[in-house]
Amino acid sequence: MDDNGIIISLQHVSKVFDKTFVAVDDVSLDIKRGEFVTLLGPSGCGKTTTLRMIAGFDLPTSGKIFLNGRDITNLPPYERPVNTVFQHYALFPNLDVYDNIAFGLKLKRIPVPCFDKEGNPLKGIDKAAVKRLKKQWRETRNDSHLSEEDREHQLASIEEELQKAQTTEVPLYKMRKLSAKEIDEKVAHALAIVDLEEMEDRDIQNLSGGQQQRVAIARAIVNEPSVLLLDEPLSALDHKMRVDMQLELKNMHKKLGITFIYVTHDQEEALSMSDKVVVMKDGAIQQVGTPENIYNEPTSAYVADFIGESNIFGGTMIGPKQVRFLGANWQCVDDFPLNQKVDVVVRPEDVILGEKGKGVVDGRIISSIFKGEDYSYELEVGKNEITCRDHAARLVGSEVSLSVAPENLQIMEKELTNNVYTDAYLDKNGAVVIDGAAFACDIKTLLKGSSIDENGYLVDPKNNKKYDLNDADVIASFDLDAPELSDDLSAGEITGEIVGSVWIGDHYQYIVRTEDEEDFVCNTPYQWNIGDHVSVHVPPEKISLRLKKGLDSYVVE
Amino acid sequence: MSSNETMAKTKKGSKFRLFFRLKRRYLAIPYAIFLLLFVLIPMLMIFWYAFTDKAGNPSGEAAVSFFTTPSKWSVLLVSLFLGVQTTLICLLLGYPAAYILANKKLNRNGVLVVLFVLPMWINFVIRTGATRDLLDWIGLSGGKYPWAATLIGMVYNYLPFTILPLYTTMLKLDRSQMEAASDLGANPVQVFFKNVLPQTLPGIVSASEMVFMPVMSSYVISDTLSEGKITLFGNSIYLNFTNSQWNSGSFMAVVMLVIIAITMVITHKFDRGDASTRRGGGLW
Amino acid sequence: MVESVERKEKIQKVFAQIYIWFLLLLMYAPILVLVAFSFTDADVLGKWNGFTFSLYGKLFRSEAIMVAVGNTLIVALVSSVIATILGTFGAIGVYEANRHWKRTIEFTNQIPVVTPEIVLALALTVLFVFCREHFFPNFQFSFWTLLAGHLVLSTPFVYLNVKPKLEQMDPALYEAALDLGCHPRQALWKATLPEIAPGVFSGFLIAITLSLDDFIVTAFTAGPGLLSGESKISTISTYVQGVIKKHPLPPELRALCALIFLVVVLVVVALIFVNRRRQAGASGRHEKARMKL
Repeated sequence: MDDNGIIISLQHVSKVFDKTFVAVDDVSLDIKRGEFVTLLGPSGCGKTTTLRMIAGFDLPTSGKIFLNGRDITNLPPYERPVNTVFQHYALFPNLDVYDNIAFGLKLKRIPVPCFDKEGNPLKGIDKAAVKRLKKQWRETRNDSHLSEEDREHQLASIEEELQKAQTTEVPLYKMRKLSAKEIDEKVAHALAIVDLEEMEDRDIQNLSGGQQQRVAIARAIVNEPSVLLLDEPLSALDHKMRVDMQLELKNMHKKLGITFIYVTHDQEEALSMSDKVVVMKDGAIQQVGTPENIYNEPTSAYVADFIGESNIFGGTMIGPKQVRFLGANWQCVDDFPLNQKVDVVVRPEDVILGEKGKGVVDGRIISSIFKGEDYSYELEVGKNEITCRDHAARLVGSEVSLSVAPENLQIMEKELTNNVYTDAYLDKNGAVVIDGAAFACDIKTLLKGSSIDENGYLVDPKNNKKYDLNDADVIASFDLDAPELSDDLSAGEITGEIVGSVWIGDHYQYIVRTEDEEDFVCNTPYQWNIGDHVSVHVPPEKISLRLKKGLDSYVVE
Repeated sequence: MSSNETMAKTKKGSKFRLFFRLKRRYLAIPYAIFLLLFVLIPMLMIFWYAFTDKAGNPSGEAAVSFFTTPSKWSVLLVSLFLGVQTTLICLLLGYPAAYILANKKLNRNGVLVVLFVLPMWINFVIRTGATRDLLDWIGLSGGKYPWAATLIGMVYNYLPFTILPLYTTMLKLDRSQMEAASDLGANPVQVFFKNVLPQTLPGIVSASEMVFMPVMSSYVISDTLSEGKITLFGNSIYLNFTNSQWNSGSFMAVVMLVIIAITMVITHKFDRGDASTRRGGGLW
Repeated sequence: MVESVERKEKIQKVFAQIYIWFLLLLMYAPILVLVAFSFTDADVLGKWNGFTFSLYGKLFRSEAIMVAVGNTLIVALVSSVIATILGTFGAIGVYEANRHWKRTIEFTNQIPVVTPEIVLALALTVLFVFCREHFFPNFQFSFWTLLAGHLVLSTPFVYLNVKPKLEQMDPALYEAALDLGCHPRQALWKATLPEIAPGVFSGFLIAITLSLDDFIVTAFTAGPGLLSGESKISTISTYVQGVIKKHPLPPELRALCALIFLVVVLVVVALIFVNRRRQAGASGRHEKARMKL
């Protein structure tokens, strides 16, 4: 099979729930055979939905999923060679350990060759293949994503295969159940792998969390799936158990040699177990890479902040491989255009502390925590704060210098520089409505030198044309410094919950999500907590507007 | 390849496959159709018949006749009165009983509750006949004392329905609160009115609901025990049914529905929605 | 001081006991009197003609009563089995349905629960009459109309008993079954049903109780059929109501009451016993697990 060893391939997969909530947004991902892949992200990032689509519990709204090159997008879960370990195990409480593990085996049918009376193998047309090909033919024909040309081409090749299947005779097989002995052996083997020998007769309720976890894994791997899906399987265990199980899962993965797709929100778990980490946010993939790669070379401030401890600063490129932040100029290895606004990520352990004046910039230690093998210091540099790790014990209040090796400065383009709302519109009072809330704004900015008459129409003094902008669709935008947050919920135009927060050197960047899932990103020096309910106020002069259609379509006769 | 036409015929299959996820929700279709045909439509028919005449033309005849004929609206008063009276007596008898039953020291394994519920499983028409014959035997015959006999029969039949919901709320009664109250110097009467009664209010409300409406609408008990001398809503609707007077019968049913709506609005804030404890629900 | 408190508690306890047993005595009086007098063949209560089982013989020889008993059992069994299937599938389906349908069906389900039986019975009758007058002139009341009546009465309670079990169940169980190779139907049978079985069973018991006891709906919706042949289907309720309207309870019904009482006591004892054993079994297993740990 010429597939570069790819076992699972997601192609532009999206999932929309209830026609409005986009859980997974155009995800494309290739997973190689035998890999341990982790989907990592906070809750609600779409990682579980992605897993469920691979398992077949949810069907993608659009896009395709391939397994071993075969399109399984619409295949029901019971026909997929994939098994799942569920978050809360989902063991059948009415069955004992043995029956739980044997559940899939008892349903399994395996092919055995048919013989005639003389003992010669029987031959005939492979009806199953014919059926499968016919189905594939139909699906290809109905596939709206294919171009006319591709479709013709694919249909032709399927027809050819079908022709062959319908005319050539192959040895016939009968499907039979597994014998009790076969099942016994497989169950015993699976129990041995998960270290639960001789527990067959125990009731599920009488097992500890860790044991239930092992039964759940045994129940899945006993079916010899090509891919094992694990949905936050360790989240219900206590810390020590979790660490033990991480090691064991890794060993199991080695022993079994099958592909593991693992979902977690715990970055430590992801980094310590995986061959490949897929960081997700808001239904989209942020970064794919090895754990080292993700940790050392995060491609966005989000990934850097999510994976491990990090300091993030807003900076500006001031020359070739030169960046300015923390009030100083630093050498770096990434190159961006001059004056480009960038985010700079520095891992605490990459900061080198030294004698005052000997580094790039000086700072003062404001707190110190002993961490066992080293100390974690909080430093004040100008009005910024930075976290560093150092082996030497230093006094709080002492002045030190900071430097960072150029290759340890991660520089990335600023993710977001503006809040943009493309489905805003103007109401009859001349305010702009974003996500159902009216924000006062100045519609005169839409036309230079214009004024507003008593009917609320925009008047062009040059030709006296009037424009009725009630209901006009606009794109509204304001920069990240514009929104003002307040805990007085009536102080702003709209209220929401803080769902994200990143400390960027000298200010916080928050994401305020409204009830209708609209996000307002804002920079502010004040501290809020995730989950806080706040109101958002945007000063009218900070909102800039752009009409979607030309002004002429709003002329009043 | 055979031909494209044969392929087109089997097109449905894959679509059907696609919807395998939805199959479970389709399981509700038979029940939804059943509810539509035998609950929703009949209920609408009642309203239709209540406000039309025999020929099927819109008419307020049934309504006018109900409110202007003393023998008809007196049914409403009698039913309301008997309903309130039975509810009060059931509460007075059942409340202490439920309180005692909920006390673990006196009713260690709940068997006593089963004893209270057990008569409900004997056919209630036979039980009603038995009550009547027993009252006859001790000289309290329905012919001579129709009201008393009916009241006794109602209380006898609905007492278990009062005790059950009260018992379930009393099981959840926070006895430490009562101890705290008496510790703070409240006398038993004060403890009862300030603490126990408010805590058990939801039980009282749902017990009343389970007695009041069924009493108003009962037929067999009032018919048998008063020997036909007391006419409740149930008897009245039954009479309309036997005489095929669908319009006036339907109007009375509408009046009942209005009374239900009113009681539900009143009790809404107390109702915890465990509808399954209503009627036979609590038995098992 | 301590002694007096103890004494007060003791007195309270005695009073409580007396009250409970007094109430129970009142509740059981009619039944116990009936059972007692089922062993004598006097026409009316209060007369003792000597001990005899003759009423029991008379009971089984009375064709009318046997027909009513037979009809009652048939209607109760058929309607409760159908109600259980209809209500259980309904609950499973609604649990998976979207909010809009869920609310609509739950609301409609609640109508028969809060509406008095007589209103339900009249509503159904009016519907049937309307159908006969406007659409099907040949429409007749029959066993089927009776069945519809009993289903309206009992199915909502099956639904209400299954629903909480579905809500308690881990929805991943069904998916786990699919994941392990079950077709949707097999998954329902193997994963969902064992979980909701207690609710299905209690729903079935309530359905059967409601049907056995029902008078009004039967009187309104029954037509000719079943064991009653050409005449209107009679059940125990309608038969007894018919005979006690003008006369005392016929003596052989005392025997019937005694037998029903016996059956009810046996069923209740059996249920309590099974329940006890299940609980004891569960706690016993728990003990065992703790020992092993």
